[in-house]
Amino acid sequence: MDSSNTASMSRRGFLKSAAVLGGSMVIGFNAGGALAITTGSAPADSVGFNPFVKIAPDGTVTVVVKHFEMGQGTSTGLTTLVAEELNVAWDQVAVEFSPSNKNYINLAFGGQGTGGSTAMANSYLQYRQAGAAARDMLVRAAAAEWNVDATEVVLKDGQLASGNNKGSIGDFIQQAAKLEPAAEPVLKDAASFTLIGKDKLPRKDSMAKTTGKAMFAMDVKVPNMVYVTILRSPLFGGTLKSFEIGAAAEVNGFVDAKALPDNSGVAIYADSTWASIKARRSVTAEWDNSAADSRGAAEMLSEYTEKLNGKPTYDVTGKADLVEMETAAKAASRSLSVDFHFPLLAHAPMEPLNCVIEPTEDGGVRVHDGCQFPMITHPTVAAITQLPEDKVEIITYYAGGSFGRRANTKSDYHAQAAMAFVALGGKKAIKLVWTREDDLAGGFYRPMFAQRAHIGIGDDDKVSAWSQHTVAQSIFKGGPMESFVVHDGIDHASVEGIADTAYQLPMALGLTDYESPMPVLWWRSVGHSQSGYTMEVLMDMAAEAAGKDPVEFRLSHLDQTDENQGRLAGVLQLAADKAGWDGKQVAGKGRGIAVHKSFDTYVAQVMDVSVNAEGAISIDKVVCAVDCGVAVNPDVIRAQMEGAIGYGLGAVMRNQITMKDGVVEQGNFPQYEPLRITDMPVVEVHIVASDKAPSGVGEPGLPPAGPALANAIYAAIGTRVTSLPMTSAGIKFA
Amino acid sequence: MIHLKLNGQDISIDADPATPLLWAIRDEVGLTGTKFGCGIGMCGACTVHVGGRATRSCITPLSAVEGTEVTTIEGLHSENQHPIQIAWNDLRVPQCGYCQSGQIMQAAALLKDIPDPSDDDIDAVMTGNLCRCMTYPRIRSAVRQAAAATQESISE
Repeated sequence: MDSSNTASMSRRGFLKSAAVLGGSMVIGFNAGGALAITTGSAPADSVGFNPFVKIAPDGTVTVVVKHFEMGQGTSTGLTTLVAEELNVAWDQVAVEFSPSNKNYINLAFGGQGTGGSTAMANSYLQYRQAGAAARDMLVRAAAAEWNVDATEVVLKDGQLASGNNKGSIGDFIQQAAKLEPAAEPVLKDAASFTLIGKDKLPRKDSMAKTTGKAMFAMDVKVPNMVYVTILRSPLFGGTLKSFEIGAAAEVNGFVDAKALPDNSGVAIYADSTWASIKARRSVTAEWDNSAADSRGAAEMLSEYTEKLNGKPTYDVTGKADLVEMETAAKAASRSLSVDFHFPLLAHAPMEPLNCVIEPTEDGGVRVHDGCQFPMITHPTVAAITQLPEDKVEIITYYAGGSFGRRANTKSDYHAQAAMAFVALGGKKAIKLVWTREDDLAGGFYRPMFAQRAHIGIGDDDKVSAWSQHTVAQSIFKGGPMESFVVHDGIDHASVEGIADTAYQLPMALGLTDYESPMPVLWWRSVGHSQSGYTMEVLMDMAAEAAGKDPVEFRLSHLDQTDENQGRLAGVLQLAADKAGWDGKQVAGKGRGIAVHKSFDTYVAQVMDVSVNAEGAISIDKVVCAVDCGVAVNPDVIRAQMEGAIGYGLGAVMRNQITMKDGVVEQGNFPQYEPLRITDMPVVEVHIVASDKAPSGVGEPGLPPAGPALANAIYAAIGTRVTSLPMTSAGIKFA
Repeated sequence: MIHLKLNGQDISIDADPATPLLWAIRDEVGLTGTKFGCGIGMCGACTVHVGGRATRSCITPLSAVEGTEVTTIEGLHSENQHPIQIAWNDLRVPQCGYCQSGQIMQAAALLKDIPDPSDDDIDAVMTGNLCRCMTYPRIRSAVRQAAAATQESISE
């Protein structure tokens, strides 16, 4: 096969000829967003072209996945889309993570990054188009070769056939690459899907993750690499005054210690991870804490309460006066007033944060990372290393969890690694490793939230007035994504899940910001991680005040002729039906329900708990209903529901980050104990059949889990938990 | 110099005898399937077998494994077809996957000790292995499936 031939073109003519280095057919999008194709393995950047699908002469299809894999299933999900349209066998398809490249943008963000449960939603048509374009060209190439009409060529399981003519797709890549891609390739009809919606499709990352072969950034080793840990100020905002290497110099393998250029800490270099960890214990430092935050958790809580007592800074709903609404709520014959408190939370992914930075032969740097936000990491590393962005390369590995932590507006650990790289002279590869203690005390927490609600019930047994005041530290203000999320001073992430509730409620919502030098961050489901709890515990309390069944009461505030409200009602009804909800409670047990929409996905959960003789709670079972539009990978959806439920339950049960005099009190897992297998309930997931555009599933399973548990606990023992974690509110778990 | 048998091969490691086995395996030997999660033996990501027993390698000094047989995830089965690995793949247990080497090594040791474990047995043995992705329901199912497969192959 002649591999020197290059046929690369596009309908808009952005693509120039590319050098041919290999014999693969490559389908992707050019800088203008048009479908384009080339043969060979020319560097994507050289032609402003980013490959999404590569087809090798042996018929192997490689899907280039633009969203990193943190366990949420992108390496399986985006691959499914291409394999579906291309009509290839599932085991014929391999996965590769995309390089850092401005053409691999998340269409929902306008930059390269993964988050907000957008990976499937923004990729659904794009990856299908790439697969469909390849199918169309291969079919046309075979038709020309066999001198038949394209409609007479069948492509199935990677094999092309027409009458007695047969061949693998690999046999036709040279001819196909010479063809112009269709401007709008025809996508398959949903009725003919064989992979989209197929249950229990093997995960693409499963084998590597059961053999120890899956590569995480933590596993990267490059020649002459030095290992680095960082000694940081114990207070957020503290800066380094001076340090002493002391006995660290005696540690076998110790290389050097340097102040980070921004004085945020001391980098301790060694020839192994362990030597660096050990040496760090002997390094002493003096800190300037004049600008640091030395508040404790109790002080923060009282400041939150003070703000809650004051007038809100922002009128979020703008529909009704907050004071008038509060007065109306209190004047109702049946009313309730409740405060909620939500603590700081750490993400605590199993893989402590880390990355490798090495110098490249052309004077640039290569970053090895489980990179969630190349759009921020790339310019951050370039700025610190004083390199043009095209000299910074990012290689993406599997990430050992993230839950939001590996993406942040300051790219904190990459910046730290880049500074450690520069401080050592910029000639030697460095591997930054955080310990678990570094991770838990490292900031970028889910912010603390306080909520105050006043609700009145009218004569029709429905909510007649609802006033609410939220106090929160803004995640987005002052960061690079502020303009997308903050409008008129209101950070949407502070009020999401309340301001945009699907319930038909006469609501007035106010917001007041809390300020602190301690960095806060999105944490699985962002604002919904507490607004779901607030709304669904309040709806339960309101239902009780109205003397109504919790399901019936919720449904009475939803107009099912409206699509949004109808989908919320749909999952609520489905979960209730599947759990056999009859409104009855059994002695020694408790049953609670909650429903919440986040990231365009609707989830309802019925939670069953039991109480032992000592009054301790066991969580027995969760029945979960989810509507995420087209269910591309049902088993991945199920796994994400299981995961988000457990992650949410563990947090509301017993997790919180607290400070004493500004110092984080949680050192390691014993003080921030994740949910264990012994705590984990049986989870049953029901997926709504839908032809709506697919929405995300990584986060939406979380918001209903906490309130469903809270409502079940109330049903079981009569305690309403409105201040988290539950263990601090006196709840005991078996 | 510490001598041990790692995944069936005699090796010598030239490192401080106080070095945790985890870091010797990862940084010195270069086998990276065994993971660092907490460094204090509280999460199980670093679990390996020492003399056939599930052991937290992050708190096991090299000096304690002199002359022992150590098995890591890479050496659990020559073709990666241990019943636990088969069940893990079949039920699509891993999500992020970072804790799974440790989960698999712990579960393999569990099956050796208790060939037909009850759910309570599984919970009791696996409770020291944390998973932030919450793959626990699938771990339970996969251990049961592997146990059943092992029992079947014995009775055949």
